[in-house]
Amino acid sequence: MSQFLQQLVNGVSLGAIYSLIALGYTMVYGILRLINFAHGDVYMVGAFIGFYVGRLFHFGSGESAWGMPFLAAMAGSMVVCAALGFVIERAAYHPLRKAPRLTALITAIGISLLLENLGQLVFGADPKDFPPLIPRASYTVGAVVFSNIQIIVIVTSVVLMLALQLIVHRTRMGTAMRAVSFSHDASGLMGININRVISFTFVLGSALAAAAGILVGLYNPKIDPLMGIMPGLKAFVAAVLGGIGNIPGAILGGLIMGVAETLTVGYLSSTYRDAITFVILVAVLIFRPTGILGKPEREKF
Amino acid sequence: MKLTGSIRTLAVALLYLVVLAVLGKTVVPAIGAYYTQILIFIGINITLAVSLNLILGFAGQFSLGHAGFMALGAYTASGLSVYLLEPMIASLPAGAASLAGESAALALALFGGGVAAAIAGVLVGIPTLRLRGDYLAIATLGMGEIIRVIILNADFVGGARGFTDIPAWTSFTWVFLVAGACVLVVRNLIRSTIGRAIIAVREDEDAAAAMGIDTTRYKVLAFIIGAFFAGAAGGLQAHYLQYLHTNSFTFLRSVEILVFVILGGGGSITGSIIAAATLTILPEVLRVAQSWRMVIYSALLVVMMLTRPQGLMGGREFRWNWLIPGKKA
Repeated sequence: MSQFLQQLVNGVSLGAIYSLIALGYTMVYGILRLINFAHGDVYMVGAFIGFYVGRLFHFGSGESAWGMPFLAAMAGSMVVCAALGFVIERAAYHPLRKAPRLTALITAIGISLLLENLGQLVFGADPKDFPPLIPRASYTVGAVVFSNIQIIVIVTSVVLMLALQLIVHRTRMGTAMRAVSFSHDASGLMGININRVISFTFVLGSALAAAAGILVGLYNPKIDPLMGIMPGLKAFVAAVLGGIGNIPGAILGGLIMGVAETLTVGYLSSTYRDAITFVILVAVLIFRPTGILGKPEREKF
Repeated sequence: MKLTGSIRTLAVALLYLVVLAVLGKTVVPAIGAYYTQILIFIGINITLAVSLNLILGFAGQFSLGHAGFMALGAYTASGLSVYLLEPMIASLPAGAASLAGESAALALALFGGGVAAAIAGVLVGIPTLRLRGDYLAIATLGMGEIIRVIILNADFVGGARGFTDIPAWTSFTWVFLVAGACVLVVRNLIRSTIGRAIIAVREDEDAAAAMGIDTTRYKVLAFIIGAFFAGAAGGLQAHYLQYLHTNSFTFLRSVEILVFVILGGGGSITGSIIAAATLTILPEVLRVAQSWRMVIYSALLVVMMLTRPQGLMGGREFRWNWLIPGKKA
């Protein structure tokens, strides 16, 4: 039982990270009907920006104030990745707005490969140690051990998700996002600047991915330019599992994926860690393609 | 002289065999191991590209699991060779029969690998082909990864250590025999009634179904044939490198094959051949730019999609009379 609880704690903190990435997938899919394959790599870039910002602090003033390096890394990384997301959308996806969906999908794969390979050239292909932005500490409750990092991961994720929920449901831009995801044409006729809404969606999703990159750096301090591939795919599966295009669904899907993964590692074997993702994916696609919270949608294309 | 369809095909096939035999005996031994290796990779990549083109370019089914089929074929063929065929050859009387024995064994192993991949094609195809477009892409990607992880956990084919000591039976002639067979099968299939149905599914699935075409059947058929040749190509690679590891069959390998098809142009066999050959030679020529190789690949893919999404050949086939000035096809 205690082992199960332990895996649950680990799974939820891993799942929170997946949820943050899945939000970007689900928002972009909701608006463009595009699987943004490059999203996992934006998360990778986020982790690396955090790496450089954190190193700046770490070597600069020695013992800096608690939380400062973390917040600085978070802010820097989110800003840079937001800009990156904006540029990717403008340069690669914007010209393909009217193109067949597969063309856009292949472009997304191309952008993903481009970021991975540029990453290997710019950051170096070897794994790097993420600086300990926050000193690690662990607590024991009953038989369950958890670390302050896990708490920070979960708290940060919840804060960001609440902020996202506020943006989507309480601001004009959020209303516009929801309108555009219903219909580009109709929202265009209502005077919504669709291009701005789409750019904003990429900015928002990329910033969340950057945050996930920092959190994963704290949680599992080895980062490399290919680290985005698997979490990217898993987060996408999480988005599909929760119901793609559905924001609470992405969060739920991410948590389920995280828990499923840690349970597989704990009770089966770590070699099946990635396979469980795809087993879930195929099962969802066959039995409930709309996902857990998704509404059935008429095939439009 | 104007030859009619099947006789012409037969003549071209015979000519190809003769050229292959002559090249295999004369040129290939002369150019040394390095250039032979490049040729062999070209042949394998052509087989992979043309077989994926059947699924992606002609049937219009976006598959990202080609490396999975290839892996299954490679491991099945190698398993057959190592555990079954090699002991059988060893039991044959030494000397004269050995070369013929090896060729027959390779043929059997490749066929076995192809069949295993084709069966996987059915198993993958039937449940996932209800999906369309990007969902199919992601499901095939998942299936490919599942195949890979299963192999990784199969200890009798080496598991995480890799599968070693596979007999070196692959030769230039064999590689291009398989590539030629793949091209011939796909080309003839596409020109047949079945091929018309497959293309109809690509153009508009609903309209094709309304015309009485059993769309699932043709989609699965495309997957079976495509997977078969991917499996055979995997077997060739295994018997050339003599070593297998599941890391060679990741999602990135599928993407590489995808790039061949996309750059060459979906629905163009000659396009796939040209793209596969060019992109295999390119990194060898651009040795200096080795670290930039994948950057260039991916940038090329994006630029191609933005400027010429139909690919180099845009669904048309290369014709010799393009080269004759003043004559339009």
